[in-house]
Formats: sequence, C-alpha cells, structure tokens
Amino acid sequence: MRVYDHPILGKLPDRKEITILVDGKKIKAYEDETIATAILASGIKTLRYTSEKHEPRGIFCAIGQCTDCVMEVNGQPNVRTCITPVEENMVIATQQGLGTWRKVSSKKK
Amino acid sequence: MKTELTVIGAGPAGLCASIEAAKNGVDVTIIDENRKPGGQLFKQIHRFFGEKEHLAGVRGIEIGNMLLEDAQKYGVKVLLNTIVWGLFPDLKLGISNGNSVNILETQNIVIATGAAEKPLSFPGWTLPNIMVAGAAQTMVNVNRVLPGNRVLIVGSGNVGLIVAYQLSQAGAEVIALVEALPKVSGWQVHALKIMRMGIPVLTSHTITEAEGKSYVERVEIAKLDENNRIIEGSETKVNVDLVCIAVGLRPLAELCWMAGLRFEYIPELGGFIPLHDENMETSIKGIYVAGDVAGIEEASSAMEEGKLAGIAASVSQGKTDKKKAERDILETKERLRSLRLGTYGDYRYNAKEKIIRKFHEL
Repeated sequence: MRVYDHPILGKLPDRKEITILVDGKKIKAYEDETIATAILASGIKTLRYTSEKHEPRGIFCAIGQCTDCVMEVNGQPNVRTCITPVEENMVIATQQGLGTWRKVSSKKK
Repeated sequence: MKTELTVIGAGPAGLCASIEAAKNGVDVTIIDENRKPGGQLFKQIHRFFGEKEHLAGVRGIEIGNMLLEDAQKYGVKVLLNTIVWGLFPDLKLGISNGNSVNILETQNIVIATGAAEKPLSFPGWTLPNIMVAGAAQTMVNVNRVLPGNRVLIVGSGNVGLIVAYQLSQAGAEVIALVEALPKVSGWQVHALKIMRMGIPVLTSHTITEAEGKSYVERVEIAKLDENNRIIEGSETKVNVDLVCIAVGLRPLAELCWMAGLRFEYIPELGGFIPLHDENMETSIKGIYVAGDVAGIEEASSAMEEGKLAGIAASVSQGKTDKKKAERDILETKERLRSLRLGTYGDYRYNAKEKIIRKFHEL
C-alpha cells in the first residue's frame, strides 16, 4: 500500500509512471523507485523460492546486504531488487533457487 | 586513479570525515555502493536528540541534505554505485562500478561502512513480511510503501520504538512490541511516544513462532521467566501481516578484515570491532574507522567520529596546522563525550575506552 499522504513527509511527489512486467503481468511503477518497492506496492510479497525446500522469501533488509530479495531481471538472475531501480518495460521473474540466465525477447522498446 | 584521502561509505560518519578533510584542503574521494549518498540518514524522519551542537531537533533527513550540500561546497568527489572490492597492503583500493574495474591509489583511508541489522531465528522466521525493522522503515519512509497493516515488533531498543512509531504514523496498526528483557531497552523519550499512542510494550515476552501460507499471517508470543525460559501455558496467537525484528546491529567490517586490521570482541558495541586510537586511526597507519563499523552507536556519534577521522587524516596529509587541529580535535571529543553520558551513554563510553586501551596494548 502506497503512502500517498504522510504527516511528516507530505504528499508523494509527482513522478513519471512506467510499466514493468512481473511474471508476465503488467505492473505500475514510478520512475526512480526500486523494483522491490513497485512489486510490494502491487501486493506481491514473495520475490523468490529457495532451491531445496521451495520456500518463499521476500524483502528482509531492504539495504542491499542480505540478498533475500533477489529476482531475475531482464534475464539476469540474482539481482538485488531492493536497491535496483525500475526501468520502462523491465522484465522481471520470481526466481526459483539460484535462478537461470535467460534471453529476454519480450523486452519492448 | 589517485586521491589523497578515500572515504568508504557516504553515511553520516563518512560524509563528516570527507567534509572535515576537504575543508582543510585535502583532496577527498568518497565512495558508496548505493545510488544515492546519505547512508541510513534519509529514513530517519524523527528529530535528533542531544544538544544544539549535535543538531538536536533536526530530522535525520534534513541532516542528510545539509551534509550533502557541505560535501559539494568543499569539493568532495563522490563516486556512487561503486563498490570497494579490495583493500591492499599498500593502501591501493580495488573499485568497480559494474562497468569498469579500477585501482585507486590513496594515502589515507577512512572506512565508514556502517552496520546491518541482526536477524533473529524462530520457527517460521524466513516467511515473507518478516523483516528487520530498518527494512520496514526504509520501505515506508524512503520508498513510501507500507509493507503491512497489523504489525508485531520484536525488540524495544530505539530502532524498535522508532519504527513502531513511524509505521503508526504512516497508517499501520502496531499490535505490540515484545521485549525479552524485563524492561524497555530504548530511550524513554521514544518509549513514551509509543505508550501515549496506546501501543503495549510487552516486557519479558518473546516471539516463539510465525505461520502463514505465502507470508506471515499469525505469530505466537509467550511470556518468559527470570531465566529467559518460556512459561508454559502463556502462549498466545496473534494475527499480523508484518513482523519487524529489532534486536540490534552488527558492524559491516568486511573491508577491515580484508585489510588485516586488529579486532577485539566488544559485545556491547555489536561484536568484533576494529581497534583504533583516540583519533580513530587503526592498527594500520593511514587507515581510520568511523561510525557504526567502529562500534554500534547512533548517527550523532557517528558524525563526530567521522569529524575526528577527517581531522586526523588532514594532519597526516600536512594540510592543517597543529594548533588548529588540536583545538578541533578537543572540541569534537567534548561533543562526543556529552553524547556518551547517562544510562544509554556510559556503557558506550566505557566500551570505546576499552577499544582505545586495547589498541595501545598492541
């Protein structure tokens, strides 16, 4: 849930709205925010599943230290989504285990 | 690439070290792995405490902006999105920005890499939406997304208390804080804010379990006896959708280890701490530490330690006259001393004195 109005920080500044693709689904994001931010704002809490027990994992430290939030971004696995900014039409996938390098063809310009 | 002083980490300690040295005419480069400088200052939207000279009454976020302005004014070179992956014996640094790899030759280094929060394990602790308290704080204050609506906070230190308040500020319902100790462990000024809002702080309580299908939906909390054992029958289940772990921090000291600095185990400051002298110089000449990496405290002390390191590096560069440096050092130490007074200061003062004593025993 986005905090549009905050008693100390005021209103959310206007930013350019963009679209990212998460597991094939279009999600609204704002320019310059992190991937994890946009995904959490859309209601998704699981970012990856572990290798052996296939357990869900989400945001844990949010400062790029713990690597719990890694996902596949534009075909590259293990990207720390809590510190990586979104880009228009970025292709993001929930990571399974250690992830897979993929050729991303659906990346539209 | 060459620079006289390299500061690693652009949080409060690193920025103050850079500014102090640059003011004295030292050629300073500050490096940070993040895309924005400021460290964790920009998520601290509360007013700071202490005396006026510690910027009491000013919010962390404003202090961050003031430091960035000063860094720019005094000509500090800032390298963002850049990691330091190597620190070699002759003070050469291996750096990379993801596209290119460089060696940075430098004469002095201030390591101000900060800290990360400690996790706490219990059955179910890995479920999504169980996160360290600072993570929830970053999400809500920096990224402006509330990660949950019904929150349990584990730990009643300053981080737990402040995050409880700030999540409520942003519209979440904080069900309770659980604290294993028999009393609240953070500052009273923060605790009273929480209590005025009617948020219960359950002392001698802990979290025993978390459950949920794809993220946390329920937790079990229980009462502890004097020996920290769970009192049977005291377990209660509570529905929540966010758990914040606030059980302390540990120094991010990887580069200090890599450099071969001498350490000492100081549990009251977060674990293994690099030994340093009264002006923050470590067991390797020319390498200084400042802020949380030199022992977990808070941002105000980190800034003063940064200034000390910046002055000491200026002296080492021959860029400031001895008299002025001595005066600056004395003033900084006095401010630092007054931040380490009282119930929540004395133990830090004693631990820091121990670090300095151990350093001189080397």
